[in-house]
Amino acid sequence: MKKIRPLAAAAAVLVTGAALTACNGGSGGSSGPGYNAAVNKVVNASDTKGGTLRLADSDDFDSPDPGNTYYAWTQNFARLYGRGLTTLAPGAGQETLKVVPDLATSLGTPGDGGKTWTYKLRTGVKYDDGTTVTAQDVKYAIERSNYSDELQLGPKYFKAYLQDNSPAYKGPYKDKSDSGLKSIETPDPQTIVFHLAKPFAEFDYLAAMSQSMPVPKAKDTGLKYESKIVSSGAYKVDSYVRGKSMTLSRNTYWDQKTDPIRKALPDKIDLQLKQNPDDIDNRLLAGKLDMDITGVGVQSGTQGKVLQGNQKGFTDNPFQGFLRFLSLNIHVKPLDNIHCRTAVQYATDKVAAQTAYGGPLAGGDLATTLLPPSVAGYRKFDLYPQTYKKAGGLDDATIAKAKQELAACGQPNGFSTKISARSDRPKEVAMAQAIQQGLTKVGIKVDIVQFPAGDYFNKYVGAPKYVHDHGIGMMLMAWAADWPTGYGFLSQIIDGRAIKPSGGNNLPELDDKQINDAFDAAIANVQEAARLKAYGDIDEAAMKQAVDVPLIYAKALLYRPKTATNVGITLGYGGMYDYLNMGVTK
Amino acid sequence: MLAYIIRRLIGAVLMLLLVSLVTFGIFFWIPKLAGQTTDQLAAAYVGKAPTAQAIQDTKERLGLDKPVIVQYGTYLKGIVAGQDFKAGPVVDHCPAPCLGYSFRTSQPVLPQLMDRAPATLSLAAGASIIWLAAGISIGVLSALRRGSVWDRVAMVVALGGVSLPIYFTGLVSLAIFSYSLGIFPGGGSYVPFTQDPGTWFLSLVLPWVTLAFLYAAMYARLTRAGMLETLGEDYIRTARAKGLPERTVITKHALRSTLTPILTIFGLDLGLMLGGAVLTENTFSIPGLGQLAISSIGTGDLPVVLGVTLLAAFFIVMINLVVDLLYAAIDPRVRLG
Repeated sequence: MKKIRPLAAAAAVLVTGAALTACNGGSGGSSGPGYNAAVNKVVNASDTKGGTLRLADSDDFDSPDPGNTYYAWTQNFARLYGRGLTTLAPGAGQETLKVVPDLATSLGTPGDGGKTWTYKLRTGVKYDDGTTVTAQDVKYAIERSNYSDELQLGPKYFKAYLQDNSPAYKGPYKDKSDSGLKSIETPDPQTIVFHLAKPFAEFDYLAAMSQSMPVPKAKDTGLKYESKIVSSGAYKVDSYVRGKSMTLSRNTYWDQKTDPIRKALPDKIDLQLKQNPDDIDNRLLAGKLDMDITGVGVQSGTQGKVLQGNQKGFTDNPFQGFLRFLSLNIHVKPLDNIHCRTAVQYATDKVAAQTAYGGPLAGGDLATTLLPPSVAGYRKFDLYPQTYKKAGGLDDATIAKAKQELAACGQPNGFSTKISARSDRPKEVAMAQAIQQGLTKVGIKVDIVQFPAGDYFNKYVGAPKYVHDHGIGMMLMAWAADWPTGYGFLSQIIDGRAIKPSGGNNLPELDDKQINDAFDAAIANVQEAARLKAYGDIDEAAMKQAVDVPLIYAKALLYRPKTATNVGITLGYGGMYDYLNMGVTK
Repeated sequence: MLAYIIRRLIGAVLMLLLVSLVTFGIFFWIPKLAGQTTDQLAAAYVGKAPTAQAIQDTKERLGLDKPVIVQYGTYLKGIVAGQDFKAGPVVDHCPAPCLGYSFRTSQPVLPQLMDRAPATLSLAAGASIIWLAAGISIGVLSALRRGSVWDRVAMVVALGGVSLPIYFTGLVSLAIFSYSLGIFPGGGSYVPFTQDPGTWFLSLVLPWVTLAFLYAAMYARLTRAGMLETLGEDYIRTARAKGLPERTVITKHALRSTLTPILTIFGLDLGLMLGGAVLTENTFSIPGLGQLAISSIGTGDLPVVLGVTLLAAFFIVMINLVVDLLYAAIDPRVRLG
């Protein structure tokens, strides 16, 4: 009797299903606008209004409250229901690094050598309840987000740069005085003036943070505000249920005449939260979803699928504004010697590290500078050029340079130290292993130490005492700017004043007076061109100290379904799609 | 009977207290014993760049600066007397029984659990009906046709069902039946029954079947083994010798005694399921308790983790009580007292 083979039959069903799925590519039959088409220009450009834009996220907001968020995608998305004084220009590519006026009529007017910034608000801007937006509401929004004990999730740059009251201002929930924070003046409902403690030429970038989106004092419910946000944007929040969804519909009081940057295309926007990431990819490919809002790219299992045939024209592989790098602590022997650090610069196999992190598409491009190409002020240079063998690995000439530096450092046979990585980030651990293997070729032996991501900076590598006590000479980390300029990127990782007892990001503990002074001079300079040049100089000065080994400029493989219109990559928000003017084909 | 139920309910309350104490200890005492300071604990609930002041403010707001025993006392007090929470310019009152506020979202825990329980209940109820019906039927038929092609096929498929993880079978079923054939809606399409019964049903078919596939396989194997053992017993031979119809012998005599251990396991499975069908909910993006539990564990949201744990423990304790009561109905030899 012929035997039935049930497992074979089941396997056949599964394979057939997978094949069916592969064939049913949603966008099938078309080659799309092209690979990387949305990186530098907006594709599927459209002014057609209507329809429901269907978005999904594998996670949730830290908070959708514009005053209590730090996530880049939230800052990008919140512009749909809120208007800050300024914002990053919508569109695609380099133009998105520019800051443009939003609620304000123009960019800030500097005074007092860059210590005073004045903005005039547009007239006729209304909340979704029909009341008028005032300068006092903007002041209140900044006070609550920067000076309250409760809202602790967002950045505190306004608090850091504005003059404080004397005695210190306690925030609007404790200080019930009429004046509030004295360094923000509102002489009339359309004017707001900021007084800074020292000159800060990039104040327009701070004003672009969602924290400047107005909040009427009477409607503020503190930590509860996220569930009943008052909208000043083109859309109002109909509902937000944490971990489930957010739905937006048109703010009937929004007036196109007051808003030169928004198109407000869809009638409705549905955002599903906490969705299975693999399933999000399948839904995108099947045309059941218009965008994955997370902005980190498709899952590894989907990469091969979208790079095949007619799907590749629907993908983009932009820079994410992140640098993945290896920090070398200048107080851990023998890395306190610049020649030992230079040896590591030459001997680090960056290609192996790139491969470990997912290769050029999902990992990124090989890096030679601290500033990534997607940050204003980036200048291309390579102080420690490496060459690789065709078969893989560094060539003999590069290895020889590394050995020469080791000899100059007094460690001709190499040395031993530790390299740290985040235990719950397998790609980072794999990167550490690849670097470990490469360094053994010049005699540098490193032990890998792993720490949980949640405590990585607070308890371990960001705490200098722990690093010194445990001899951790090398630390893997990644960094992106809070705003896309050289200052926004570099000041937290190489300025000596960013060294903290714990939770710091200047892991090498570089405290060079010339670099610190260069930061002060640059940020006080209102001439943009000179400022941007200075960032390249600061980058080069830090690289000369060989304290950080740039590994890869992070990239992600993103998928843009043909159902979404006005799709462009915003470098300003970290290489994700710009959601401000996204529409949908009906 | 009534005394038995009261005794068991008192036991249940004590059990829940113990569970809460142990869970509280795991999250608050053990990290301290491992050297974690309250500052480090609080830093996890501040944004990307926690300042010393922000950590101090957060510590005070969440009560992390108080001794663990005081925090536990506050928690218990909230359950019996409710709790007030200062959210900034407003004070939010959480009425008893209050299971505290989420450290991450500052929302009261109990409403979140109640909001998500219907999704998990829907999933568990549908799946358990399918797996019980399918598993027991297949097991009985396999036992009756021992060694036949049917028996072998059923047991190999059952082996596959037990072995294949839900995140695999779930995604494959979505790929085939939702995205290729378009028969069922895709992931993330769950809506509450009260909102749209039709979509509710359609969105749950694949999760029910996928989940039931796993459990039905186990139940089929258990039922088959139980039936084979029972069918060899003397009283079955006696029943047959008395000339009872085969159907009566199988259903009233053999199956009845086979069901007793199955019921015990079903009680445990259902209890665990209600605590969160974690993988199924994550695979199909169903906003249930399992998904909430996983997400809260991932973000270290201790009050929510504690709430889900207590709710799961409550379900398990209650279902075990019901199972014990059902024993008496199924097996006349069992008497409660």
